[in-house]
Amino acid sequence: MTPPIVPHLLLAVALFTVGMAGALSRRNAILILVGIELMLNAANLSFVTFWRFGPKPDPQTGLMFALFSIAVAAAEAAVGLALVISLFRHRRTTSIDAAGTMKG
Amino acid sequence: MSPMIYFLSGVTLASAVAAMTLRNPVHCALALVVTFTGLAGIYLGLGAQFLGLAQVVVYVGAVAILLLFVLLVTRSGEAGDGDRERDRVAERSWWGWLIALLVGAVLAVGAWSAGQLPQRAAPPELPGVRDIGEALMTDFAMPLQVVGLLLTAAMIGGAIIALREDRMRVAAEREGRR
Repeated sequence: MTPPIVPHLLLAVALFTVGMAGALSRRNAILILVGIELMLNAANLSFVTFWRFGPKPDPQTGLMFALFSIAVAAAEAAVGLALVISLFRHRRTTSIDAAGTMKG
Repeated sequence: MSPMIYFLSGVTLASAVAAMTLRNPVHCALALVVTFTGLAGIYLGLGAQFLGLAQVVVYVGAVAILLLFVLLVTRSGEAGDGDRERDRVAERSWWGWLIALLVGAVLAVGAWSAGQLPQRAAPPELPGVRDIGEALMTDFAMPLQVVGLLLTAAMIGGAIIALREDRMRVAAEREGRR
């Protein structure tokens, strides 16, 4: 019988892996942002899991960490999507292959 | 450990994979909505009621809709774009999945060994919304201010980045004439 912390953490790991694979392999800038959101959600899940099952009897700190993490993720999504719109205005596409001007 | 958690985990994981592998970006964003909702259910199962509802409001209500909005404004859901993307994906996605699986394997070892940590069966008492509000106004007042500042800066920055450049120039000239 595995302790209940393990399946939750394994789900977080799996979500992180899928998000990272998507962020590294997709060419559409919006879908790269989707992958980053998935990774942030996986981190949130591990915060909540350790808050619930962790050994330290601190009532709220883990929860607050996840809450602030959600706020930061929302700000990141807003700025990232503004960048995508700006890219689309200049290049008429959202593929990141169109944004390789500064590639060495 | 109830079977409900396993069901929710399966749905969440399957829709996350769908969100990262489907061809049509609009379908990807809709699969992402399922992922976010499943995670909210898992938070509720863990006893974090406020966080589960915040997840629904912020991610399902705001972030997913914003993603769909930008997808439709930039029309990247059109078939032509997807066809071009498919050729690119075929040649390069292999490396992305390999690297991600390696990172995931390392993290999985860590998650597995976390089972040996000392654990408690249940927290002494689950915090309600009132407790969270009191904590935000006392112990976490400073972080709350910083997050407010961050959100304001992100809002202004997002508006400036997405603003048309000719309109920005007009505004700057009007400022200079004054």
